[in-house]
Amino acid sequence: MVRKLLAGTTTVLLLAGCGGVGSGGDTGAAATLTTMGFGLGDEIATTRADLAGKAIAPATVKIGGSAFDAQQFLAAVASHTPPDLVYLDRQLLGTYAARGTLEPLTDCIAKQHIDVGQYRPAALKETTLDGKVYGLPEFYDNRVLLVNDAAVEAGGLTSQDLAPADRAKLAAAAQRLTTRTNGTLSRIGFDPKIPEFLPLWAKANGVQMLSDDGRTAHLDDPRLAGALTYAKSLIDAQGGWGAVKAFRDSFDFFGEKNPFKQGQLAATLMDDWYLNVLANYSPDVRVTAAPFTDTAGTPIDWVTGSAWVIPAGSTHKDQACAWIKTMTEAPTWVAAAKARAEKRRAAGKAFTGVYTGNRVADEEIFGRLVQLKDRPAFDAAVRTVLKAQDSAFTMPASPAGSEFKTAWQNAVNRVLSGEQQPADALRQAQQEAQRALDAAVARR
Amino acid sequence: MKRRTREAWAAYAFLSPWMIGFVIFMAIPMVASLVLSFTDYDALRSPDAVGWANYQRLLEDPAVRRSLVNTLVYTVMSVPATMAVSLALAALLTRAGRRSAGFFRTVFYLPEITPKVAVGVLFLILFNGQAGLVNAVLGLVGIDGPQWSTDGPWVKPGLVLMHLWSVGSTVVIYLAALRGVPRELYEAAELDGASAWQRFRRITVPMISGALFFTLIVQTIAALQSFDEAYTAFYGSAASATYSNDAALFYLIYLFQQAFEFLHLGYASAMAWLLFVVILAITLVQVRLSRRFVYYEGGDR
Repeated sequence: MVRKLLAGTTTVLLLAGCGGVGSGGDTGAAATLTTMGFGLGDEIATTRADLAGKAIAPATVKIGGSAFDAQQFLAAVASHTPPDLVYLDRQLLGTYAARGTLEPLTDCIAKQHIDVGQYRPAALKETTLDGKVYGLPEFYDNRVLLVNDAAVEAGGLTSQDLAPADRAKLAAAAQRLTTRTNGTLSRIGFDPKIPEFLPLWAKANGVQMLSDDGRTAHLDDPRLAGALTYAKSLIDAQGGWGAVKAFRDSFDFFGEKNPFKQGQLAATLMDDWYLNVLANYSPDVRVTAAPFTDTAGTPIDWVTGSAWVIPAGSTHKDQACAWIKTMTEAPTWVAAAKARAEKRRAAGKAFTGVYTGNRVADEEIFGRLVQLKDRPAFDAAVRTVLKAQDSAFTMPASPAGSEFKTAWQNAVNRVLSGEQQPADALRQAQQEAQRALDAAVARR
Repeated sequence: MKRRTREAWAAYAFLSPWMIGFVIFMAIPMVASLVLSFTDYDALRSPDAVGWANYQRLLEDPAVRRSLVNTLVYTVMSVPATMAVSLALAALLTRAGRRSAGFFRTVFYLPEITPKVAVGVLFLILFNGQAGLVNAVLGLVGIDGPQWSTDGPWVKPGLVLMHLWSVGSTVVIYLAALRGVPRELYEAAELDGASAWQRFRRITVPMISGALFFTLIVQTIAALQSFDEAYTAFYGSAASATYSNDAALFYLIYLFQQAFEFLHLGYASAMAWLLFVVILAITLVQVRLSRRFVYYEGGDR
């Protein structure tokens, strides 16, 4: 009993016992750098890791393979053996940067002559806290509206009927496209993707959920409650949260029987990478992408992604800096994109591009490598995502990013399960979030 | 005398692995967590003493109350259910032949060695409101099953049912206890015309009360520390955490969040000590009550 109890609590031992993944001192030539949170899952990763490895030879990089795990990272830092390189969600960066755990990249940028202008400003904003850059951005994950043309036509509508500017029309279309078979859902009309996309809905209603300095929450804004009320009404009109969630959980999202192919989903807000999934598994599916907009029709795109950071305790900071520079620069991305394009071509499939946090790389990738003339649906979809990028916003880095996110997600879940009204839930979230932000700022 | 000393040393030598383990893995961390509970500590910077502030916050934090109530409700549901189901299975096993009893004993025990994380994932699949097996079976008998994973009031019953998956060790304990009840007591009672229920109530239950009490304590403590299944199902991955449900926020899950997601290790330590006190209090009450209900053969009562 006591042991289990302690498992969650006593860190001292855990920190001393589990140890870190760091290597010894900086011995120069044959150093081995350690990483955390990054895996060589596909050609985009391996191609770039190879090039970055060459940039710091003869030093080598040992790549761990699993996703970023806060507990593992804390243990490594507290036992003074942090990894040299960490790959994490840009939304988490502020939490660690604010505590002095991450090395500001000011020196690294100057010494390695890194052109920060190549990175997309919105992504760089996520990795910047109090004016200092702490991480180099990787992917650039956009959110757009994906429409399953076949399903929409089956419901007697066109993708035009799902134009998000007219919220009443969107709600009507969502309801009309929803189908039930024997009393259970057989098609979702339009999935608003809450809780996860709440920031997108917020922005579309004129609310920035977190102030630019990452210290003030704006969750109790009545306009946010309005957005949440609307999104909840969409789900209610399609059978309620329980039914929608249960049906969605049964989808084979990443396979040949994906909901677009199966006609289980008529339209959804979605991450751009889902186009790659569809192009890979269901190249014949007819899909239309459109930017999500506010009620005036202005496009809105919420972007997230990962970043490379260097822990303050890293013993190979210079090599680490050179490595992440290479990982995120344009020629490296282009080489990786070429590798994927070739792989897709060999399989007779379409290459729909890689959306990176590097503007220069994207110009090359989408200007030259992505050739979709023979697949007009995907071609148009890709153009839409690229266009959406012009109106991208990101959540600012925050010293309590994780608590902030938990607060608003819990609020949405309470609303969805019918436990609380939107205004009440968001008021509670505001209190929780602001308290956490204040505490994090006070401790700095 | 000398021999006794030598034997004592030998005993300590044999005990030493456990004692060393206890000191390193339990005593020191417990003391450390007690100290940390009076600090503001994020594992990245050195701890700052804050006095009783963490304990004060425990009283004010609605999530602490919520998670504690969740945990107690879960315990009240899961412990009796586990004991009843285990006893029923064990009673059935005593009626099975020796060979088949061995087979079923193994079958019942198998889920115990299934990783809890797998059970948590399985929960989401089996208890899916639309495509899950549980609701499909309920549908066969005309019951429109609930939304187990999204409907607050049904989350805990679902987790309890899932927990019943792993009653194996309790079944084994009860089976051993039932086998230890002397046959002649039943024969005598039968001759006196006692019904099956009376025999169970008046002979079986008192004779295995020691085992019942032991499992009550162990199961209660385990339920109060319940973490794995609910965490995997509702909080484990980034994807599942997005759809977390307040009804599944058990105390240890909230503690883990505070410690390793929000980096409030001082506060989490204070939470751990509160749980320690709660468990201690409940166990003491149970021990006190046991004096009235538990019969030890050869004891003076």
